[in-house]
Amino acid sequence: MHGSRLRSLSAATVVTLITGFSLAAFVAPMDADQGFMQKIFYLHVPMAIVALCGFVFGGICAVMHLRTNEAKWDLRAYVAIHVSVILGVGVLLTGAIWAKASWGHWWVWDEPTLVSFLIIFLLYATYTPLRFSIEDREKQARYASVFAITAGAFVPLNFVAVRAATSLVHPRTFDSAGNLPGAMRTAFLVCFLGMALLYVLLWQYEMAHKNTVAQLRSLKRKLAGDDGLRSRRSAAPELQV
Amino acid sequence: MILASNALPDNAGYVAAAYLVFLALLVIYVGIMAYKLGRVERDVVELNRLADEDRAPAVAEEEATHA
Amino acid sequence: MMRRAVSALLRKELRLELRTPQVIPAMALFSITTLIVFHFSLQANSVEGALAAGVLTVTLLFSSILGINRLFVADHEEGGFDGFLLAPVDRTAMLVAKALALGAFLVVLELVAVPAFGLMLLEPSLTGAALGQTVVVLLLADVGIAVVGTLVGALAIQTRARDLIVPLIALPLLLPVVIGTAKALAPTFAAAGAGALPGRWLAILGLYDLVFGLLAYAVFDFLLED
Repeated sequence: MHGSRLRSLSAATVVTLITGFSLAAFVAPMDADQGFMQKIFYLHVPMAIVALCGFVFGGICAVMHLRTNEAKWDLRAYVAIHVSVILGVGVLLTGAIWAKASWGHWWVWDEPTLVSFLIIFLLYATYTPLRFSIEDREKQARYASVFAITAGAFVPLNFVAVRAATSLVHPRTFDSAGNLPGAMRTAFLVCFLGMALLYVLLWQYEMAHKNTVAQLRSLKRKLAGDDGLRSRRSAAPELQV
Repeated sequence: MILASNALPDNAGYVAAAYLVFLALLVIYVGIMAYKLGRVERDVVELNRLADEDRAPAVAEEEATHA
Repeated sequence: MMRRAVSALLRKELRLELRTPQVIPAMALFSITTLIVFHFSLQANSVEGALAAGVLTVTLLFSSILGINRLFVADHEEGGFDGFLLAPVDRTAMLVAKALALGAFLVVLELVAVPAFGLMLLEPSLTGAALGQTVVVLLLADVGIAVVGTLVGALAIQTRARDLIVPLIALPLLLPVVIGTAKALAPTFAAAGAGALPGRWLAILGLYDLVFGLLAYAVFDFLLED
């Protein structure tokens, strides 16, 4: 991706996110049950949905990698999961804060979405150690893809299981965007769009970085020969340019 | 009611904390990217040096043939 | 063709284990030890209901991790993969045979662990009806553990940190099985006598088995390619 496009994407992300958060803060009405506390919703929920979609996107890229055997798809899956894990940290932290604010505990087990998210996060936390412990590059890519596909399929299944396990259902004022009042829904959708743009932006940044590093390595190989390269063991996939 | 919704409630701190967590995450990410950029920069400097070294003998040879 | 390859591979696995029993005794011993650990850590002489279901599920899960860890070790160390890859058979035969072998190990493990659990910790003693329900639920759970365990075992065998990777990946992946088994068995072990099996949890276990069975079938080829 070229610099100018990355720049306009950055600008769009900033504008959308600020608009969304402002709508959430000043335009959306106070929630009847939760009051001001509910404003965390506009940050936490879009972030969670985007992170989960990112995991599934990583799985799709991994399917493409196994089908085409092209390193770029492995790289895409790796970056997708990487960015999703970063957002996942934010989801868990904001979720804990929200739980503390509305229920008085930093962690609540009867909130199925939060629990399933933690399980999925723990599973994906092993993605990088798995990659790191396989030295052969080609094998590393293949095995990582198998993992990404399995974990990607696990995401929805896990939600079904954990959802069903919580008999006690909290008064859920917002099960989906569908039953939100108008102004709340607009604010939520704008926040969601902003978060999705942020995900795409971070993904593009990482991809640009990885591509640059690959170009640099190839340049170094041309100038200094193979011995000029110290081969470093790494979890990240390497593009051959 | 209107008054209540205009004044900040007691536990607004939690909401602020949540948004600050998000901000902190982004700043940390930018910091890591900055570190990576530094590494790329070092690589480019080294490549520049390598390119100069490659060129130097060639230039010297060229001057020798001209002379 | 496929069936013959599977049965040949399965016979090889079982014969290997019968000749020098290694995995099954370890799993069985470990399950008994875990029950003792539960006795002391819970400081309870007996358990019932949801707690009993949880204790049994966790015991079986941890013991099965041992089996998953060892599942591909013999092939890896003695080059069994190379011989298999040279043979003109479908690679999925390996998956099916390994999953069946692991499933058989789990069944043997349960033959030891469930009676031990019934004698040592369970307060309402196991009646015929309760035993029947336990068998149904555990069989559904075994299918899931066997399939996912085979997949994770094959994934981890090529890594340098096999014994670290297996529990780290397998435990979160198997959590729906844990939830399903514990929830389904809770009424069975109720103090007031065995209640009916909750159909919802059997359905979730079945769905899990189906999804991961198909998934493992689809991706297993890529784990053996060399």
